[in-house]
Amino acid sequence: MRVRLRVNGSWVEVDVEPHETLLNVLRDRLRIRSVKYGCGIGECGSCTVLLNGRPVTSCLVLAAGLDGTSIETADYLAKTELGTRIVNALLLEGAIQCGYCIPGFLVTIYAALKSGMIRRGDSTEIARAISGNICRCTGYINIVKAVRRVVAELVAIGAD
Amino acid sequence: MLSVNRINTYRIPFTFEYYRPRTLREALEILRSVEGAKVVAGGTDLVVDMKFRRVEPKALVDVSKLEELRYVRLVEDYVEIGSAVTLQELVESEVVRARLPLLWEAVNSMASWQVRNIATIGGNICNASPAADTAPPLLAYGAKLLLTSLDGVREVGIGEFFVGPKRSIIRPDEVLQAIRVPVHPAGYGWSFRKVSRTSFDIAKISVAVLLKVDGGRIRDPRIALGAVAPTPVRARSTERAIESLSLEEALEVGPRFVEGDIAPIDDVRSTAWYRREVAKVLLRDSLRTAYERSLNPGWVHEG
Ligand SMILES: Cc1cc2nc3c(=O)[nH]c(=O)nc-3n(C[C@H](O)[C@H](O)[C@H](O)COP(=O)(O)OP(=O)(O)OC[C@H]3O[C@@H](n4cnc5c(N)ncnc54)[C@H](O)[C@@H]3O)c2cc1C
Ligand code: FES
Ligand code: FES
Repeated sequence: MRVRLRVNGSWVEVDVEPHETLLNVLRDRLRIRSVKYGCGIGECGSCTVLLNGRPVTSCLVLAAGLDGTSIETADYLAKTELGTRIVNALLLEGAIQCGYCIPGFLVTIYAALKSGMIRRGDSTEIARAISGNICRCTGYINIVKAVRRVVAELVAIGAD
Repeated sequence: MLSVNRINTYRIPFTFEYYRPRTLREALEILRSVEGAKVVAGGTDLVVDMKFRRVEPKALVDVSKLEELRYVRLVEDYVEIGSAVTLQELVESEVVRARLPLLWEAVNSMASWQVRNIATIGGNICNASPAADTAPPLLAYGAKLLLTSLDGVREVGIGEFFVGPKRSIIRPDEVLQAIRVPVHPAGYGWSFRKVSRTSFDIAKISVAVLLKVDGGRIRDPRIALGAVAPTPVRARSTERAIESLSLEEALEVGPRFVEGDIAPIDDVRSTAWYRREVAKVLLRDSLRTAYERSLNPGWVHEG
């Protein structure tokens, strides 16, 4: 089955099998390795990507249904202005240990800040946004601090 | 748990036909003519089941993009919700938040943001899990389901829809088209509570309560529970027992009766004993919350 996808800003055509998920296609056909396989059943968030601007667990999405959609992945978002801020904040707060979960967190945090899901930067808001991302190393505290740091920076530069 | 860890969940381990119809009619024709075809919406239940080979459909018919199933509309005294509306779209819907606050409260507690962005309300109902979180609120509101096939539409009360764990009365050639939910009755308090491993996980026990207070007495209580019986259930004997009681009396009487309305089992998420005890506690909490909210009629959930 041929599907046209706008992946990280450029349109591509890919042949996919009905049983392939978006995770399979991004990693194996398009070689985008920032998208990580963790649980494969929607629970860990390491495979999170943006689908038409909304974060989704790509391990559950059938690729054959995605004709005409737009996908953005962590490696691409990391190079945007907001993405760079998030990466820097994660580094400064010591929020990365093994790093496996981080691409998923980056995508979710990016989307949450972009969409206003995280606005004030209080812990309820942040916990709600990132509850679909599991980290086995850090204990989350420094990840939450990193998000707060970005919120503070955005306030300081007067971004909404 | 070990057996789970030995399964590779990276791929769906078998292949099948995939159809993406452009209209509901086309979907219904495929369901009628293709042997072994199954509806898929968000896939958040079905893809997981397929990865574990719990089901092996020969063909999938994707209804998730059909515009005919993607709307929330206020029609006179009910809200009609297209089956392919996602859980996150419901959380973001002003109509649902203001007119169906009990359903909103349940959906707001479901899954994670990433999963809510794909999972649909129709999938939650049709999957027919005893733990489906939209079921208790829809039971309390007395929702109707519109089941459509090439033969036409039948309207079924949600109370008649579920027949056992993962079993319902829907036929393989039918699509759940929409859910009709009577708007929240004026002056009624509400409460949805659940206990799960983490706050957004699948429920071990869930309770939905809707009630009115008249001169300090509970009137027309409607109580529904999830994950404590083979299907989501209305607690009819509890409802009858607390009718016209004060809050303090109901807190005492309700938990005694609710045991008779449920039939919990032991499974990977909990034991029957735990479910029974926690159901009583959640019922108490929910009665109190619903009672207090009914005295505060202007109160709505913050968006
Ligand atoms: C990490 C995670 C967390 C979750 N948390 C919760 C939770 O907190 N509470 C909860 O209740 N559930 C939860 N779920 C389960 C699931 O996400 C929901 O049940 C979801 O609403 C299912 O919708 P779907 O569109 O993905 O369904 P699908 O997987 O697409 O379909 C489910 C079933 O319904 C049938 N079906 C779907 N749509 C229709 C239709 N329109 N007509 C006829 N048949 C149809 C399919 O054939 C299939 O049998 C969770 C799942 C995951 C992976
Ligand atoms: S791999 Fe997709 S959520 Fe874990
Ligand atoms: S840093 Fe190792 S899982 Fe998060």
